[in-house]
Amino acid sequence: MEVAKVEHVSRVYKTGDVETAALKDVSISIEAGEFAALVGPSGSGKTTLLQLIGCLDTPSSGRIIIAGQDVSKLNRDQRADTRRAKIGFVFQFFALIPTLTAFENVEMPLLLNGLPAAERSARVQQLLDAVGLKERTHRRPDQLSGGEQQRVAIARALASKPALILADEPTANLDTENGRQVMEIMQRLNRETGVTFVFATHDPRVIAYASRVITLRDGQVAANGAGAAKV
Amino acid sequence: MLQIIKLAWRDLNRNRRRSFFSALALGMGLSLLLLMAAVIEYEIRSSMDTSIRLQTGHLQIRAVSYNENRSSLAWEDLVEGPAAIAVQVAALPPVSVATPRLFASGIVASGDTSAAARITGVDPASAANDPYRSGILSGQWLGADDRDGIVIGQPMADKLGLKAGDKPNVLVNTANGDVDSQAFVIRGIYSTRTPGFDNGTIFMSLAKAQAITRAGDHASAIFVLLKDRDQTGAVVAALQTRQFTVLTWDRMNALLSDTEELANSYMILLYLIILAITATVIVNTLVMAVFERTREIGILSALGMRSGRIMAMFFAESAMLALGGIALGLIIGGAMVAYFGSVGYYI
Ligand SMILES: Nc1ncnc2c1ncn2[C@@H]1O[C@H](COP(=O)(O)OP(=O)(O)OP(=O)(O)O)[C@@H](O)[C@H]1O
Ligand SMILES: [Mg+2]
Repeated sequence: MEVAKVEHVSRVYKTGDVETAALKDVSISIEAGEFAALVGPSGSGKTTLLQLIGCLDTPSSGRIIIAGQDVSKLNRDQRADTRRAKIGFVFQFFALIPTLTAFENVEMPLLLNGLPAAERSARVQQLLDAVGLKERTHRRPDQLSGGEQQRVAIARALASKPALILADEPTANLDTENGRQVMEIMQRLNRETGVTFVFATHDPRVIAYASRVITLRDGQVAANGAGAAKV
Repeated sequence: MLQIIKLAWRDLNRNRRRSFFSALALGMGLSLLLLMAAVIEYEIRSSMDTSIRLQTGHLQIRAVSYNENRSSLAWEDLVEGPAAIAVQVAALPPVSVATPRLFASGIVASGDTSAAARITGVDPASAANDPYRSGILSGQWLGADDRDGIVIGQPMADKLGLKAGDKPNVLVNTANGDVDSQAFVIRGIYSTRTPGFDNGTIFMSLAKAQAITRAGDHASAIFVLLKDRDQTGAVVAALQTRQFTVLTWDRMNALLSDTEELANSYMILLYLIILAITATVIVNTLVMAVFERTREIGILSALGMRSGRIMAMFFAESAMLALGGIALGLIIGGAMVAYFGSVGYYI
């Protein structure tokens, strides 16, 4: 089954009179349970594609279908609702709310989904445990290392049991060891929970984890094939 | 909705210092404005009260032919049989005191210096004299049937070098246009802390004033104090049947009344300013919060929080800050007003 289907999608940015086609007629399909890498040189359109799949943006043309629902014509609130229900994000700069503890950051999506307090607490504990941060639940982001912060972000992305987690260069701000840990946690969660991951990266060591590698060049799909990782 | 408020409250708590100072800034502004409003209100009210207690009373009953630009002692311009009228007026429930007074002009002379005096004949026993009696600095107030005593103000005493017990000459204009002169004993020296009044006003007993001015059984006015100045209208209506002119405190203090009205519109302006400040602080914290926290807004948006709810959350934060600030302002302002009210202050 397809978690995400991108059909003939283009995205043109207008800056004043200048038009930049960040994506040109891109069609790809992400199957449930995949651990897919999105690679390509800088400016090739990786972030743009992730934002479109993540309903943070709408395509200039073409269709995007997330878990069976066409999201390309949704308005802002409907896209927010879709993100809340179906999509988790992990960003390069961790993107935790600085005033909230690890626990509260992970709890946020559950709060937004209106889960009762008792269930929230149990789920947050379980998630932080799963990313190896059981002992760090009540620390704020500035009291955590980069690797730990990214693991909190992963726990948060997973919190509302999304169909799809999108990670834009999740290891770019981490050292090798922390990057490795983060990738291993993501891979393990992918295998244990079956949640689909799509991550953009430049790093060959990260690409090595992928079950599939989609290569973009100048806003177009240049290659699309099985990755190095054993599925 | 409840959830948004909870989130907003948590945010305020996490940014305790910033929250506190925003609320404090609003609170301080508000309390200073409150204090200012109270001072102005108090100032106006107290100068009006001073004028009423010392000079005009709430009401004055005058002869119909009385002319306020001329202090005539001609009998037809005076109130006849004033003691009886005063008793009747005093019997009205809203009236606190009613007492006859006779005004005459004169000169106090001591050695080769002299000073113009507004001679006020009063019933020495009347409670209307309390402000002067309680202002006695040396000597004492007039006795019940004092036939040759006067009480003069401190500025005049200083100017003429007089003290209690001295016997200056007092020259008085009389009802038939003559001038009479007699030596009086200074019983006491008073101060009401109102130099313009103390400077020229001297007191003697009504009986003596009537005798020396040949005014017979007449008074210039029945001086009336009410229990509550808001009852002026009712009392004026009750007195309407009588054959007199009734002057009210607001007419007699026209200048102060105008000032009071002006102050009231100023007060409205002040409240508008308070409103504007409150609004500005809300908008400011809102804008600050949004600028400072664009990242956080982005994160919340990525997590699927609708933009309307994000805005509502920030707005709830600002609203809570504003409420906190207003509460703080009312408490601090109230405390300052209460403090200055009890301690008293002079400008
Ligand atoms: N908001 C924007 N406005 C205008 N142009 C944009 C915008 N975002 C991206 N672009 C342009 O679109 C193209 C694709 O950008 P994108 O960020 O998707 O690349 P990327 O593959 O993620 O690059 P990197 O590896 O450097 O992150 C680039 O040419 C970029 O300049
Ligand atoms: Mg990018």
